Amino acid sequence: MIKIENLFKKYKNITAVNGLNLEVRKQEIYGFLGPNGAGKTTTIRILSTLTLPTSGSARINGHDVLKNPVQAKKEIGVIHQTRNIDPELTGYENLLIHGLLFKMKIKDIKKKADELLDFVDLKGDMHRLASKYSGGMRRRLTIARALIHSPNLLIMDEPTAGLDAVARRRVWGLIKRIRDRGGTIFLTTHYIEEAEYLSDRVGILDKGGLIAEGAPSKLVNDMGKIAVDIEGSDGLEAEFFETRGEAAEFLSKLNKNAVIRRANLEDVFIRLTGRRVNPAANQNK
Amino acid sequence: MRPLIAIIVREIIILKRRFIKQIFSFSVSPLLFLITFGWGFKDKVTVEGLPYIFFIIPGLIAMSSMRQSFALSSEINICRFYWKTFDEIRSTPITDLCYTAGEVISGMFRGCLAAMIVIIIALIFKVSVHLNMLFILSVLLNTFIFSSMAVITSMVVKTHAEQGMLNNFVMTPMAFLCGTFFPLGYYPVWARQIIQLLPLAHSSKAIRAASLGRLFPYSSLLYMLIFGCISFIIAVRVIRMSKD
Repeated sequence: MIKIENLFKKYKNITAVNGLNLEVRKQEIYGFLGPNGAGKTTTIRILSTLTLPTSGSARINGHDVLKNPVQAKKEIGVIHQTRNIDPELTGYENLLIHGLLFKMKIKDIKKKADELLDFVDLKGDMHRLASKYSGGMRRRLTIARALIHSPNLLIMDEPTAGLDAVARRRVWGLIKRIRDRGGTIFLTTHYIEEAEYLSDRVGILDKGGLIAEGAPSKLVNDMGKIAVDIEGSDGLEAEFFETRGEAAEFLSKLNKNAVIRRANLEDVFIRLTGRRVNPAANQNK
Repeated sequence: MRPLIAIIVREIIILKRRFIKQIFSFSVSPLLFLITFGWGFKDKVTVEGLPYIFFIIPGLIAMSSMRQSFALSSEINICRFYWKTFDEIRSTPITDLCYTAGEVISGMFRGCLAAMIVIIIALIFKVSVHLNMLFILSVLLNTFIFSSMAVITSMVVKTHAEQGMLNNFVMTPMAFLCGTFFPLGYYPVWARQIIQLLPLAHSSKAIRAASLGRLFPYSSLLYMLIFGCISFIIAVRVIRMSKD
């Protein structure tokens, strides 16, 4: 569905995307995981033809985003990070304008809008001005809007950024349901649990390039699914083991404070880069 | 065609929703000018053999339609910088030409509405404007020029503050100096030659001649047409170049 080959995007002294290669298959949720500034949003902007790459190619369902941008854009529904709905229009009007932009007939838009607003649980609020919507409602409206023209691929940039825990879980539910209906989803996130819960495969991005790729469970298992956090002079250091038994044995020989836990994608990222995906999470721990 | 309609429908929905506020805001400035110069001067001042109020109304039509068409640039900038809906529209398969045309038509619609309001206000002051094809064509071209220029400037400026500076330093002086309030013949020759390069000077001249039933300056109409087409072509190009 998406094929990115040797993609570069350079701004004066900054290389935002650095020789990226990746492929997203049909009907999968691909999580694009990386810290802020890793190049996730730039990649999404290139895929939605808002940013021109410096070199390399990106294809959506066979359509090159540079050579055939209009055709490529017909394949995708984009959910930008900014929850950019039109606040002067109602929820329904937002979908109407979007449908017209995709050359849909008004009767088809009405039918689809009805179905989608029901799907995202906004039917009761469809004639309210979008400026009156809460953050979670706005996000759900952007999801409905991105689906109005039945795209083959849904691109989501940080779909739950800034949402509270309840709204986030609700959006996760929607994403899963879209995939269950046969949709392909490419989503960026810097929330580890989001990538683990939603993604069939993840690509871990750092400094504009992919440093690991695979099913979340496989990436964790390859490293060792049990982690032992040991208090060291420079903070917590982790050791990884295949089984809890091996970890317990290691712990019994240790004369330091340590904790056994399940390893996660964050550990994979730290092991590969020496940094955290989400520095805010580091402060919370 | 539907993407073009989408941009215009959005504009109409928003205008309809803001209608009372918008009408009020379109009316304030021409109303104040007419009270000041119409009632204030009464028949004491004549220009080109006419009471001043007859002279000033076509100028106000040109100025008001120019300002409201150009106000489109602020709307586009709000969509770019604050609501981020510009990116959303540009992520859809709308072509650069179609998007530009949609925005320009929306700006023309606003400009024409502003012109109509001045005509209605003029009736209150017992001045009727001759509505004929040349008058309508002149107003349409005036709004076409400034809507196209609005699209260009909205893409060129980097912040909303820059937009405000542009309005203060370019649009406001142009609104006052281009034959809207007094004939260009009052200027020294060198100043007149510079001002005649500005499109509003030709719009004022054409709108005034058509509305007063005077000999129509077809050369001004041609100048406006060429200026408008060039501005539109540049507008399409800057939209194309808006990708970072």
